[in-house]
Amino acid sequence: MTTTTSPSKTSRRFRFNWVDSFLWFIRVSALIAIVIGIVGSVQLFLEGEGPTAEQWRDLVISGLSTGFMYGLIALGYSMVYGVLGFINFAHGEVFMSGLMVSLIAATLMFENGFWDANPTLALLIVLSISMLVSTLVAVLAERIAYRPLRGAPRLIPLITSIGVSFFLQYAFAGIFGVATRSYPPAPGNLGNDVEFLGIAIEGTKLLVVGVALISMVGLWWFVAKTKTGRAMRAVAEDKEIAGLMGINVDRTIVTTFAVGGAMAGVAGLLWALLFRAVDFLTGFLPGIKAFTAAVLGGIGNLPGAMLGGVLLGLFENVGPLLVLNGLGIPAVSQLKDAVAFAALVLVLVFRPTGLLGERLGSEDRA
Amino acid sequence: MTSRTPVLSFKGVNTHYGAVHILKDVDIDIYAGEMVSLLGGNASGKTTTLKTILGYVKPTSGQVLLDGEDVSDWPTAERVGRGVTMVPENRRLFKRMTVKENLEIGAYLRPGEDLSSDYDRVFELFPRVKERLAQKAGTLSGGEQQMVAMGRALMARPKVLLMDEPSMGLAPVLVAQNFEIIERINKAGTTVFVVEQNANMALSIADRGYVLQTGKIVLDDTAEGLLANPQMRQAYLGEV
Ligand SMILES: Nc1ncnc2c1ncn2[C@@H]1O[C@H](COP(=O)(O)OP(=O)(O)OP(=O)(O)O)[C@@H](O)[C@H]1O
Ligand SMILES: [Mg+2]
Repeated sequence: MTTTTSPSKTSRRFRFNWVDSFLWFIRVSALIAIVIGIVGSVQLFLEGEGPTAEQWRDLVISGLSTGFMYGLIALGYSMVYGVLGFINFAHGEVFMSGLMVSLIAATLMFENGFWDANPTLALLIVLSISMLVSTLVAVLAERIAYRPLRGAPRLIPLITSIGVSFFLQYAFAGIFGVATRSYPPAPGNLGNDVEFLGIAIEGTKLLVVGVALISMVGLWWFVAKTKTGRAMRAVAEDKEIAGLMGINVDRTIVTTFAVGGAMAGVAGLLWALLFRAVDFLTGFLPGIKAFTAAVLGGIGNLPGAMLGGVLLGLFENVGPLLVLNGLGIPAVSQLKDAVAFAALVLVLVFRPTGLLGERLGSEDRA
Repeated sequence: MTSRTPVLSFKGVNTHYGAVHILKDVDIDIYAGEMVSLLGGNASGKTTTLKTILGYVKPTSGQVLLDGEDVSDWPTAERVGRGVTMVPENRRLFKRMTVKENLEIGAYLRPGEDLSSDYDRVFELFPRVKERLAQKAGTLSGGEQQMVAMGRALMARPKVLLMDEPSMGLAPVLVAQNFEIIERINKAGTTVFVVEQNANMALSIADRGYVLQTGKIVLDDTAEGLLANPQMRQAYLGEV
């Protein structure tokens, strides 16, 4: 009895196994490719070829600083998804808006010398402007474009958000022109290397990681410990009951957009300081990458968004040289973006709900 | 009794979901300290009645009054602030939040107030809740969830407690326990309006009852009167 199975059971099992083994085939080949690539890179390194130890270290630092910015942007995607169940594709443009408007103030201060004379104050001013503008844009988008669609099928606000995204891009193209502009160089001696834990790191990158960490801890405290944060989680879980308990659902949703916008504003300023070249399309790629990071970490999960961001930043900076170079693929640095998205696919093949995500299409999503 | 102002009343209330007419000219009067029950079969409009009291559903005509004041245009939060709270059908706790956080949500409209006496009251009625404070509400048993749902409502310090089918999905022994606690809450001074399909149970503790049939109040009497009513016995008390 234990060794024989009925024919119908066998065939059902067989078909199940076919799909399953195909998935396993992908997983195993991917793992093998990665392992071979890494072994190859280690070999190159030991032979004294390929990147040096310093270069590896710099790649990790670049990966971390970019990753923390992705994480900050990803929080906005994840929070809005958690509360409304749709992806706000205009979030990349929320990020771009703050950065572009703060450019005006930064340029002014740079030209009259204030920028380098009072670096801390100057940075606080541009940071406030960037956060304020991003918050405002996020809140206006909710009020004007998304709120009237509350209760419509999820595809509708999603498509609308793509419309909002294009609207913002071309509104900024109209106001600022299409030319790439350059953000003033990091003020004071921020651009110089500083000694941190015994290694020399560019001050800007250290600032990026520091400010991102502070923002995240602040956000965690807000969501986990404050009354408004609790209301936000309640609304995310069950809008009807939250409303019946006396929570103002509309105001809570606006708050969610505002907080996500503020985080994008912080990321926008950091991005501008680090990469400096900005234009009306600057929000596009970081926006898509941050969305990727949010999915990677488990959409709707805030620590997941951060983790996804940092990992994505590391993957795309370290991954090309670590894996692809070792496999003998030429010109690997050009493949940065490809690696980022390949990482997403890979993680989802192993964990469809993302790294820290628990459920997929759960019944209690509004 | 009729000379007093009801704490809660409906005057000719009609509600619609889109074009569908749900409540039809409903009149209800509930006086302070009473325990009133609203009986009716599936889809008769019981939950809709409670949502209309809280303003989550707006009447298309008629008025909702709290302490004689027309609150028909008030948002839900202000009505909750006036002391009307609901224990929803099926508990509906915030499952991903802890028991403590669920209780805190109950007191959402009482910012800055000292809640320690409210916690004490909840723990006294439901000692189990105290042991479970740090646990995620979704991991509680059905009976425990009912306790937390009631605790959550009590944290608002309600003058009027609305209960939507508290017996649903609970084992008979838990149902009896539950009604005992509802009775205690009522005896301590809270007006209770309890929606039930379990008419026998509800009428055993209620002072009065209304019977709702496809959105219309068809009977309105004291609990004894309803229990003795032949029409009632046939339709809702399981007698042929
Ligand atoms: N949001 C809604 N949109 C449209 N129709 C609704 C909505 N909510 C309830 N209804 C309908 O209104 C009618 C009354 O619903 P209600 O929930 O008030 O019934 P009930 O008496 O509480 O039933 P039950 O005993 O099953 O809980 C039902 O026919 C229901 O389908
Ligand atoms: Mg109901």
